[in-house]
Amino acid sequence: MAQMSRAEALARPQAAGVLARHFGRFESSMLLWLAIIAVLVFLIASPMVRLVVSSFQEPETGRLTLGNYVEAYGSLRQLQALLNSLELGIGVALLAGVFGVPIAWAISRTDMPAKGFVRLMVFGAFITPPYLGAIGWILLAGPNSGWLNRLWMTLSGAEHGIFNVYSMTGLIVVVAVASFPYVFVFTSSALDLVSSEMEDAANILGAGTLRTTFRVTLPLVLPAILGGLIISFLEAIALFGAPALIALPARFHVVSTQLWQFFEYPVRVEEAAAYSIPLLLITILLFWLQRSLTGRRGYTAVTGKGGERRPIRLGAWRWPLLGYALFVCSLSVLLPMTVLMQAAFAKAWGRGFSLDNLTLHNFYYLLFEQTQAQQAILNTFVYAGATAFAAIGLSLAVAYIVSRRLVRGSNVLAFLCMAPFVIPGIVLAIGFYAAYAPPPLALYGTALMMILAYTTRFLPIAYTSSAAGIRSINPEMEEAVRILGGGRLLAIRKVLAPLLKKSLAGAWILVFIPAARELSSAIFLVGPNTRVISVMLFDLSEEGNFEVLAALGAILLVVSVLIAGLGFRVIGRDFMLRRSQ
Amino acid sequence: MSKLVLRGVEKRFGETIAVDGVNLALEEGEFVSLLGPSGCGKTTTLRMIAGFIDPTAGSIEMDGKVLSSPSGSVPPERRQMSMIFQSYAVWPNMTVEQNVAFGLKLRRLPAEEVRRRVGEILDVVQMRHLAQRYPAELSGGQQQRVALARAIVIKPAVLLLDEPLSNLDANLREEMRFEIRRLHEEFRITTVYVTHDQSEAMVTSDRIAVMNQGSIEQVDDPHTLYTKPRTRFVAGFIGRTNFIEGAANGAEIVFDRFRVPKSALENGAALTGKITFSVRPQSMRLSRAPADRGGKGPQVEVKVIERAYLGEYWDYIVMPAEGSIRLRVTAPPLEVYGVGESAWLEFDPSQMAPIV
Repeated sequence: MAQMSRAEALARPQAAGVLARHFGRFESSMLLWLAIIAVLVFLIASPMVRLVVSSFQEPETGRLTLGNYVEAYGSLRQLQALLNSLELGIGVALLAGVFGVPIAWAISRTDMPAKGFVRLMVFGAFITPPYLGAIGWILLAGPNSGWLNRLWMTLSGAEHGIFNVYSMTGLIVVVAVASFPYVFVFTSSALDLVSSEMEDAANILGAGTLRTTFRVTLPLVLPAILGGLIISFLEAIALFGAPALIALPARFHVVSTQLWQFFEYPVRVEEAAAYSIPLLLITILLFWLQRSLTGRRGYTAVTGKGGERRPIRLGAWRWPLLGYALFVCSLSVLLPMTVLMQAAFAKAWGRGFSLDNLTLHNFYYLLFEQTQAQQAILNTFVYAGATAFAAIGLSLAVAYIVSRRLVRGSNVLAFLCMAPFVIPGIVLAIGFYAAYAPPPLALYGTALMMILAYTTRFLPIAYTSSAAGIRSINPEMEEAVRILGGGRLLAIRKVLAPLLKKSLAGAWILVFIPAARELSSAIFLVGPNTRVISVMLFDLSEEGNFEVLAALGAILLVVSVLIAGLGFRVIGRDFMLRRSQ
Repeated sequence: MSKLVLRGVEKRFGETIAVDGVNLALEEGEFVSLLGPSGCGKTTTLRMIAGFIDPTAGSIEMDGKVLSSPSGSVPPERRQMSMIFQSYAVWPNMTVEQNVAFGLKLRRLPAEEVRRRVGEILDVVQMRHLAQRYPAELSGGQQQRVALARAIVIKPAVLLLDEPLSNLDANLREEMRFEIRRLHEEFRITTVYVTHDQSEAMVTSDRIAVMNQGSIEQVDDPHTLYTKPRTRFVAGFIGRTNFIEGAANGAEIVFDRFRVPKSALENGAALTGKITFSVRPQSMRLSRAPADRGGKGPQVEVKVIERAYLGEYWDYIVMPAEGSIRLRVTAPPLEVYGVGESAWLEFDPSQMAPIV
C-alpha cells in the first residue's frame, strides 16, 4: 500500500511534465484543430442534433414529448405520402436501371457507334436540374396541351391526348430520366474493370456473346448496378422540385412535399423534424447497404493488370442498341430541353415553332425589367461561388490535417466532413432551420444562412476531391521544402497549392454546379431577399408563366454548361462521370 | 569534436519499437551509411536526424548543440541540413533551375550569387544544358541529379540521403554510386546515407553502420566490416559466409576435424569456451592433393556435393568426408572439380572472424 502511493507520487510529476510538453509543443496546431472542430460542429453536428432533439420537443415549452411523431404520422394523408415516396423511389430505381445499364454496357463494352454523343447526352442529363426536366415534360405531356398529346391527336384524330404527366407514372418517368446517370456511372465504372479475359474464358468454353454477357459480365458488376439503383432510389425520395411540380397538381403528396406543407404558415418545424426522421434513417441504412455491396473486394474483378479490353463486336445489333440509347437520351435531354428552349424564345409556347412566335423579350424581361429576377440570378451564382470556395477551403484544411496526421483523432474530422453525404438536402435544411433560424443567431433570411447550408450540403463532394488531391502528392515534396529551410506554410504556398491547382479547380466546379441548381434545401431557407433561381422557377411555375420560366431555366443551364465545359477543358472529359466514392 | 552525434536514440510507435538505442558519431566531412534490411529502423533514424520525427528517448546533437530530444526539437527547416528523398521530390511545378535555386533564395542571397552558384552546381552534375526543363521532361537519372544539386548547392551542415538510388535501373544505379562518391570527394559534406544495398554502401561510404531490429550491430569501414564481422547478422548480411563452431582448449581452438593455434588468430588469446567463426567462401582454398608443409593453415579432406559455375568463379558446396557440415567455397574458373570428387580444403586462420 505504501509502495503504491509512493509509485503514484513518483509518477504524477512526470505525467504533468508530459502534458505540459505536449501542449507546449502542439499549441498552435491544437488551436487550429479546435477551430476546425468548432466549424464542423457548427455546420454539421449542431443542425443534426437540433433536428433530432426538436423532433422530441413540444413547440412552445421545449418539454420532451412524442407528440410530434403522433401528429406527423397521425393522419392517413401523411402516411400515404410516405408510401407514395417509397413507390416513387422503387419505380425510379427500376426504370433508371432499365435506362442506365444497357447504355453503360454499350459504351463500356461494345462497338456501338456514336458513343461520344451518347456519353455527352448522359452528361447533359447529369447536369440538368431535375426540375427543369420536369418543366420540359409538363410542356411535352401536359394533358391535351402538351406537345406529345397534340402530336397524337393530330396523327390519330382523337379528341384527347393519351399522356398525362400529372400522375405517379409521369412523376416516375420524369425523375428516372434525370437520375439514370447514377446507374450509368456505377455500372460503367465497374464494367471498365472487368477484363476481356473474363469473357474470353467463357467464350472458349463455348458460350456465345449474349450468354457470356448475361452469365458472366453482368453478374460480375451486379453489386455496382445495385449500388446505382440504391443511389437513384435515394435521389428520388429526397427530391423536392420535380415532385412539387408534378405531384401537387396531381393532388398527391410525397414525403418532401409533405415536409414543405409543414413550413406553410404557421411553421411547424418540430413536426417537420419528426416527419423527416424516417427519411434520414432510410437514407443512412441504404447508403450503408450500398457501401457494403460495392465495397466487397474480389467480386468486381479488380485484377491488378486488368488485361486487355476489347469491345464486343455487335454486328447489325449495333443499330438497335444505338436506337435505344438515343431514345433514352431523347426522353431525358433532347425532347424536354428542345421544348424548354422553344418556350424560352416564344411569345406563347403553345403557338409552336414559327418565326413570328420568336422573341427575346423573356430574357430581356428577366435581365433588365424584373428586379427580383436580377436579384435571384445574382444570388444564385454568388451563393454557389462562395459555397464552392468555403467548402473547398474547409475540406482542404481538414484533408491536410488528416493526411499529415497533424493532430490525434483526425479521422473524426474526416468522418464529419463526409457525414452530410447521407443527409437528404431537405432534412439538412430543416435541421439548419431548427438550429439557426431562432435567436440568438437568427440567421433566417440571410445570405450567410444559405451559404452555410450549401457548404454543409456539398462538403462531402469537396472533401472527396481535396483528400484525393492531397493523397496524390507525395509528402516528400513538402519535406524537401522544409529540410531546405522553408516552413510548412511556405511548402503549402509554393509546392502544394500549385500542384493541387487543377484538382481544386475541378472540385470548385463539382460544388458550384449542384449549388447553383440547389432547390430542396433552398426552398426552406430563402427569405424575401435571398431568393435564388431554383426557388423563383418554382414560384413561376405556380403562376403558369412557362415562357419566362423557361428563359430563367435557360440562363441557369447555360451558365452550368459553360462552367462544366470549362471543367472538360481543364480536367478532362470524364471528370463528372467518375465514381469518386 | 564530432559533427553529428546520436546518443541512445530511441523511437517507439505505440507498442512497437522502431529504433532501439542507437549511438553513432560522425566526424566533420565523414560519409556514413546506415545499412540494413527493410524495417530495421534506418529510415526512421534518418528522419529523426532530419527532424521530421522526434525521438522518444535519447538525443541528437550537431556541433555540440541538441537538435532532437523527447522534450523538444529544432524543426527540420532550422537545421541547415538537406536531404535527398526516395522519390527525389523534385518539384514538378518548377524548372530545374528554380528547383536548385530554391534553397539559396530562402537564404536571401543576392540574385547574382544565386545565379552563379546554381550554374556551378549544374555544371558539376552535368545538367546545365537542361536548366530550363521541367522535371516531367527529365529521365529518372536526371531527376536524381537535380535532387543532388538542389541538396548540395546550399552547402548543408549535414546531407541526408534516403535510399536515393532504389528507383533507378541497375546500370544507372551503379553509375550514380560513383557519382555520389565523387561529389563527396569534391565537397566533403558530412553525410548520412540510408540503403539496404551493401554494394552501394561499400562504394560510397567511409564507414558503414549495419542496423538490425532497431539497433546498430557494428560500425566500421567497409573492408573491416567485410573481413572482421563481429556478429552473426553482420557476417550474413554483408556478403556470403560459412559459420563453423570451435572450442577453446589451452593454446588452441579445436574444430571438428582440425585445430588452429590461438596465436594464428587476431586477438585469439582472449577466446574462451565455444566460439562461432565466420569463414568467407573465398578465404578457403581447394586443391587436389594436400599442400606442402609451406601451407599456412590447417587442411581437411572434403567431398564436393554441389557445384555451380558463375562465370567469374566456381561455387562449390563441400563436406568434410565424414562430417555433416556443408561449406561453401569459391574457386577460380580453371579449378574444376566434379560432384563427388575428393579434394583438400585449406583454411586461412587470419581470415577467420570470431563472432558473437
